[in-house]
Amino acid sequence: MKNIQPTLRLSGLEALVLSSQTNFINIGERCNVAGSRKFLRLIQQEKFEEALQIAIEQVRGGAQVIDVNMDESMLDGEQSMVRFLRLLASEPEVARIPVMIDSSNWNVLLAGLKCLQGKGIVNSISLKNGEEEFLYQARIIKKMGAAVVVMAFDENGQADTYNRRIEICRRSYDILIQQANLPPYDIIFDPNIFPVATGMDEHANYAVDFFRATKWIKENLPYTRVSGGVSNVSFAFRGNDPIREAMHAAFLYHAISAGMDMGIVNPEQLIVYEQIPADLLLHVEDVLLNRHSDATERLLSFASSYTSQQEKEEKNTETWRQLSVHERLSHALIQGVDTWLEADVEEARMAANEPIDVIEGPLMDGMNRVGDLFGSGKMFLPQVVKSARVMKKAVAYLQPFIEASQQGSPKKSGSVLLATVKGDVHDIGKNIVGVVLGCNNYEVIDLGVMVPAERIIDEAILNGVDMVGLSGLITPSLDEMVYIASEMQRSGLQIPLLIGGATTSVIHTAVKLEEKYPSGATVYVPDASRCVPVVEQLLGTNSAEYLQTIRNEYADIRDRYIKQQESKQFISLSEARNNKAISTWVDMHIYRPNKTGLTIWKDYPLDEIAGYIDWTPFFKAWEFEHSYPAILHDKKVGHEAKRLFDDATQMLHQLVSEKWLTAQGVVGIFKAHSVDDDIEVNDEQNRLIAVFHTLRQQNKKAPGLPNYALSDFVAPKSSGLQDYIGGFAVTAGLGIEKKLTEFASQHDDYSAIILKALADRLAEAFAELLHEKVRKEIWGYAHHETLSNNDLIKEKYQGIRPATGYPACPDHTEKQTLFKLLQVEKNTEIRLTEHYAMWPAASVSGLYFAHHESKYFGLGKISKDQVNDYARRKHLSIEEVERWLAPNLNY
Amino acid sequence: MTLTRSRFNNILQDRILVLDGAMGTMIQRYELTEEDYRGERFASHAYSLKGNNDLLSITRPDIIQAIHEAYLEAGADIIETNTFNSTSLSQADYHLEDIVYELNVTAARLARQATEKYSRINPDKPCWVAGSLGPTSKTASMSPDVNDPGFRAVDFDELANAYRTQATGLIDGGADLLLIETVFDTLNAKAALYAVNGLLEERKLDIPVICSVTITDGSGRTLSGQTPEAFWISISHADVSAVGINCALGAAEMRPYLYELSEKCWTWLACYPNAGLPNALGQYDETPEEMAVVMESFCQDGLINILGGCCGTTPEHIRMFADLANRYNPRKPPSLASGK
Repeated sequence: MKNIQPTLRLSGLEALVLSSQTNFINIGERCNVAGSRKFLRLIQQEKFEEALQIAIEQVRGGAQVIDVNMDESMLDGEQSMVRFLRLLASEPEVARIPVMIDSSNWNVLLAGLKCLQGKGIVNSISLKNGEEEFLYQARIIKKMGAAVVVMAFDENGQADTYNRRIEICRRSYDILIQQANLPPYDIIFDPNIFPVATGMDEHANYAVDFFRATKWIKENLPYTRVSGGVSNVSFAFRGNDPIREAMHAAFLYHAISAGMDMGIVNPEQLIVYEQIPADLLLHVEDVLLNRHSDATERLLSFASSYTSQQEKEEKNTETWRQLSVHERLSHALIQGVDTWLEADVEEARMAANEPIDVIEGPLMDGMNRVGDLFGSGKMFLPQVVKSARVMKKAVAYLQPFIEASQQGSPKKSGSVLLATVKGDVHDIGKNIVGVVLGCNNYEVIDLGVMVPAERIIDEAILNGVDMVGLSGLITPSLDEMVYIASEMQRSGLQIPLLIGGATTSVIHTAVKLEEKYPSGATVYVPDASRCVPVVEQLLGTNSAEYLQTIRNEYADIRDRYIKQQESKQFISLSEARNNKAISTWVDMHIYRPNKTGLTIWKDYPLDEIAGYIDWTPFFKAWEFEHSYPAILHDKKVGHEAKRLFDDATQMLHQLVSEKWLTAQGVVGIFKAHSVDDDIEVNDEQNRLIAVFHTLRQQNKKAPGLPNYALSDFVAPKSSGLQDYIGGFAVTAGLGIEKKLTEFASQHDDYSAIILKALADRLAEAFAELLHEKVRKEIWGYAHHETLSNNDLIKEKYQGIRPATGYPACPDHTEKQTLFKLLQVEKNTEIRLTEHYAMWPAASVSGLYFAHHESKYFGLGKISKDQVNDYARRKHLSIEEVERWLAPNLNY
Repeated sequence: MTLTRSRFNNILQDRILVLDGAMGTMIQRYELTEEDYRGERFASHAYSLKGNNDLLSITRPDIIQAIHEAYLEAGADIIETNTFNSTSLSQADYHLEDIVYELNVTAARLARQATEKYSRINPDKPCWVAGSLGPTSKTASMSPDVNDPGFRAVDFDELANAYRTQATGLIDGGADLLLIETVFDTLNAKAALYAVNGLLEERKLDIPVICSVTITDGSGRTLSGQTPEAFWISISHADVSAVGINCALGAAEMRPYLYELSEKCWTWLACYPNAGLPNALGQYDETPEEMAVVMESFCQDGLINILGGCCGTTPEHIRMFADLANRYNPRKPPSLASGK
């Protein structure tokens, strides 16, 4: 098993793990109002951005942790700490590293802790006010999650000797481990770095005692760390930086040798021990190590004569400053640096024809690169926010020039209302859009984030804006946009609706949004750089033409999408089979037929059949989309329909009385069981005489809805139950040819069509009639059934009679099996053509299922896996199956 | 039997546990209307309630119950309460902040009824309720105002208060463990952990807590910019039973971050990805089979202690994951050599 070292682990946006290989950790000291007059001034004047710059410089100078201290009597420490830490969090370069919250005021420490996303360091707590307070604070720090600096300080004051230092550290350690349950690796001791060379004898051994105490702590208090404020040691030499820097470097050299892990330093001013001039180093070390009683005197006199000849080398102008202004602006945007921004923007403006060209050129290029880097995961969100802020500054600089160049035409070109939709807080892209539009002389009303539809619509109407722009980043925002589009439609708005944001897409806009808002135009804007051309064209003189182009484009996208999607929402055949219609089979749901085998009717009385006619399809055949009998009273078509109906009923009377047609039918009921999607039919001796191959729905269903196949309605073989299936074939079209020829010779197409339609209706009616006979008598599972013709039409009966070639079983080739089983050609004179069509056309054939849960369904589209399986079961080639099922293929 | 931390540890030593799949995308399948969300009780509520899925625990408990049972049927050991947005902060969007305690109690009871039913059916297979605490709709580390990076829409104390109420409701309703999930801003999570641990301490409860992060894009960072390791370090004080990674990405995209957490975390590890990345219409379409292939590779590589699904996953997905959980040994977390 792997082991993980117990060690101090800190984090900002990234991890900082101290290991045995870790070098000394620099804690940047300059964000300290007590130690930096400049920082104090900036905080007092609330110039937080400039104060932030100090933090950035510390990080660039090598700080690995950033110390923040707001302990100044004139400041509200809590408020300043919170404000500054929140700003730090927005600065990814700094937020990357852990924060050390530095205060002697517990409330400031606590307020600071509540702002830290990462694991920082609290600096500091101590036994100054006794164990109770110490323990209380330690426990809260443990709950909040931070490492803690413990100062060598107790009820009697700050430890200033070796013995006092180790005594207090030991005591603190024991309390923290045993009572506050703090892990030792989260404890950092500060054994007090005091100034040396102060002229006071009792201070002379301060550094030495610190080194010794550090060594003792590292040897006796396992896993803990040692830190301290290094610049304290040289306090006596304020104003003489070369001496101070040498003292710091030498101090650190010895402290690190003794085991010091980290220190609060100015990383930008750290020099390397080896580079300290030998004479200076000798004097400094004499003081630090307290090697001579007059060491202080000697260093003081040396210091006064020591002038630093070499002026600090000018910091190398950073190389990117040598690039072209275009490149420099891109760099500034990507890095989020605004130090030279105004100068660079000005330079670009001077070179450009129009101030607006700077935005549309280099600045937009830069933002596009930011977008690309973000898209490819090379930048992360806080960095992008920073870039956007730089962009905004650049634009603010250009704004007055843009307005001036438009010579007294302050009138805005149009107004756009922007909002991030309800449920979504992401608005960076939206803000950039706002900036870009604002710069292009559009009035922008930005409603902010989490804006409900009602407010968007109210404000749009109230302000009379020219269009609305919606933004969203998370996927639920897509649905919210659908809702807003439909609400805009409902509220009667007609202004264009612009859609943008990370999860939005042209497909979503075309498929889900555009049709919800037909009275206005809905346009997808892929990124902020496109918003100006889109808005311009929507408000321009050719807007109608532009809109038509967009609409056509979206209609194409929609069509393509729907086609593609149809194949997408499908489940595998095996999954579909796991979702069969009837999961439990019990004997009581099975009905033993009164009569198995075939029943045949030759020349069935037509007048009886006529009573079963469903007239609605008759009118459908004439392309009337109304139901019977309502159609006869319809205001628009009623008159025409009535005439047709009278003609038809008249012909029906004649047809019946003169016996123009002959109706014949056959019904068979057999033993059967299902095996997956097949239905095996047996004779009375249980010999297999036929197999019906059924097809199963494969579209993805809502929970609780099955994927139907007809085989589901027959008990599976595995249930051990004896079930049954029925089949039928009827015709009412025998003899029709003679009559049709007669009408044709009289050029009476009207009567010919009525006759054909009537024959079709009679065949269907005959099927309905026989189905009733089967339910009530032959199979007999519904002998108490009393249904009117209207109820029959509404399919209120139990069991179904799906016809081959219809939605539930679209494969016409199955008729072959049925015809063989029922000996249809012999018994009814119906013939099958080579394409498995029935002749006469006025014929119906199909299967009977009795189970009370059996129902009509449409197969819908099926996938290739089922086609392969079906071909195997039917012993047909895949190509042949695909040919027969072409309309049902999802591929 | 109560699920104590030590019992949880013992179980996880032996086997991979299965968490359930999505709630939100399962609810979407019902295509509910505003009226469904409102029910009789909120019929005259002045604001739209459609989309407030957590409210369905009160107005359409039948649906939530059915989803819970479907996941238990599929083999989930742990089901999550329908409370992802049941904090006063998130419910304020619907002007329902007053009912958050009730929402949490009701949702936990619903889930509890389901686990109790399945425990009766199959007493040998214990199952538990994880109280879900989502990230809220606000972020404590980032400003929603680009002009004022120091602005915050919410602070630590507001978050901690909201989470405390939620956790109280979940525990009162019978949650066996708590799951702080889909963490996109670790400061939010720290507030949640602070509230939860404080509550457990006060009530002297010893139930497991899981904290699960979400890595939102290819940069490998949380929305607020942290790396997975930085996230883990930031919450390592809270003594959670398991760390997790969920949502946002599909399983395949999650691998490097899961691996990183597996190497660095000395707790148990949970992984419950989305069913792939959302397509152009925001739908998730990775099939159970496709997802199981990736999840199986995680199991093979010993990266998994708790396995489940996030957005877009279904009982069919969980059924396949349960099969994986049966066939593979759990991850052995690295041990933190005692630092005491």
